[in-house]
Amino acid sequence: MKLAFFGGIYNNYLALEAAIADARRRDAQDLFCLGDMGAFGPFPDRVFPLLLEAGVHCVQGNYDESIGNELPDCQCGYTDPRDNHFARLSYDYTLEHTSPDNRRWLQRLPGAIDCDREGLRLHLCHGSPRRTNEFLWESTTSDAFLDRLIDETGADLVLGTHTGLHWQRRTGQGRTFVNVGVLGRPANDGRTSVWYTLLQIQRGGRFSVEFVPVQYDHRRLAREMQQEGLPAEFVETIESGWWTTCLEVLPSRERRRGRH
Amino acid sequence: MIEASAAAFVELHGLDELWFQVAGTRCNLSCSHCFISCSPHNDLFGFLSLDDVRSVLVESIEWGVREYYFTGGEPFLNPDLVEMLVTALGYGPVTVLTNATVLKDEWLLRLRAAEEQGPFSLEYRVSIDGPDPQTNDPIRGEGTFERAIRGVEQLVRHGALPIITMARTWPDHRDDEVLGRFRDVLRQHGCNRPRLKILPRLKLGAEVERTEGYADWERVSPGMLEGFDSTQLICSHSRTVTDRGIFVCPILVDQPGAWMGESLAETDRPFPLEHGACMTCYQYGAICTNPSSQFHGQAGETDRGEGGR
Ligand code: SF4
Ligand code: SF4
Ligand SMILES: [Fe+2]
Repeated sequence: MKLAFFGGIYNNYLALEAAIADARRRDAQDLFCLGDMGAFGPFPDRVFPLLLEAGVHCVQGNYDESIGNELPDCQCGYTDPRDNHFARLSYDYTLEHTSPDNRRWLQRLPGAIDCDREGLRLHLCHGSPRRTNEFLWESTTSDAFLDRLIDETGADLVLGTHTGLHWQRRTGQGRTFVNVGVLGRPANDGRTSVWYTLLQIQRGGRFSVEFVPVQYDHRRLAREMQQEGLPAEFVETIESGWWTTCLEVLPSRERRRGRH
Repeated sequence: MIEASAAAFVELHGLDELWFQVAGTRCNLSCSHCFISCSPHNDLFGFLSLDDVRSVLVESIEWGVREYYFTGGEPFLNPDLVEMLVTALGYGPVTVLTNATVLKDEWLLRLRAAEEQGPFSLEYRVSIDGPDPQTNDPIRGEGTFERAIRGVEQLVRHGALPIITMARTWPDHRDDEVLGRFRDVLRQHGCNRPRLKILPRLKLGAEVERTEGYADWERVSPGMLEGFDSTQLICSHSRTVTDRGIFVCPILVDQPGAWMGESLAETDRPFPLEHGACMTCYQYGAICTNPSSQFHGQAGETDRGEGGR
């Protein structure tokens, strides 16, 4: 069977629409979203009908917890003043443009989902199994640490998002972590496509992971962001594929791969 | 008085970061704010050996350690440091805290190659205490600004993106201005992606002579921990290995009561926040941790739901 995992929508309803269609075309039986519906892009309310219509099972991200409970900030945990400045702009915009009904829906999402497919035990979370807003970067996460985190969930496979960059690792102990990537903005690789993850599970629990690039109408998104008065820096990322903000939380390996 | 006698205890939530005080209290500089009073002559703590580091790395696996920090003194004074860093990169991400005044090209070449061999980051954290010699040199010594900037240029030439850390010796409200100026200076020196981190002063060690120590009232009381997210404190997720045993955190190594044991297992117990410096951590959070590993705000432990039938 095939399962599709989306992460970090960041209001990018155009990419979500394209990813849902792509996953259906590839016969994904179930669709999941690991949270952070809002941020960055335009028109937050356009994401929700798509998720509901497609029956996407959703986990609550830090952004969703914040918007749902009208907290003062997004809890992304930036430490740099410039990063925080931009985080504030998109948070205020998203909070203001998310309807009360959608906020209530976000508020009620589960912080994690445990499920079993073909004997494979899955744990779906947002940041890490122990903390919604913990960054698990590829270059700052040891195997021993992954083993500890995954062990505590009792699962074989843990999936998360939150950092914006997709990666996977199977530890020496045979446990697997997958960061499913985000649909909200490109992966800081100079390409305009965004990424989601397909998990193929065979009977007996053997599985394979595929990262899938999604092309969508990014020009339209960029136009709408401009019309909504969102920062030019955000628009540049959508058009160029390079991150221009939230850079100070990147470890050096991930930072070096980008342009800024 | 009752309040003052009861200490607030912090448990080890998980051993996420392991610190190695590889150079002990030995440093080629003698900064006037150094919170463990390092200098060329301070032998209170000695060098760790490569074997010491190796055996703790092995021990660290069962604790699920996420990343390793190497500090001193000046770590690069330890002749085995490069070998230690290369070895540690086989286990996980590594950060080395240096004053960048004694770096050698051959070391940096070897370290870059070792980093490229595996998936983990090697971070260099360079201490420079302000954007100009006028701010830095009175604290760190005559000519040290120039020397450290040369070190930064050297690191950049070897493809590193150093994180510059500075101890705040100016009023908080001037942070933005200082950061802005420092970014410009670093760009002028070829560092076009400056990463900066401001640290609060720790009123310990040499800093006590330079300015002042903690007042008696600067203590974390048990009441203050109610509703406080203690995972913000370094002592809730790390320990520090020295040649004299394992200590609670990198800040208190030369303070009474901070020694916790000889093996990691012995240090898995709550620690009382009896020190003035604990107040600084309480106010500023995990000050010693890299930005990529910090988490702030209240987004908490996840509650599990059942979904995805
Ligand atoms: S602050 Fe750093 S560079 Fe200065 S004396 Fe202490 S250990 Fe050495
Ligand atoms: S100084 Fe900071 S890290 Fe060390 S014991 Fe006190 S609160 Fe914990
Ligand atoms: Fe997130």
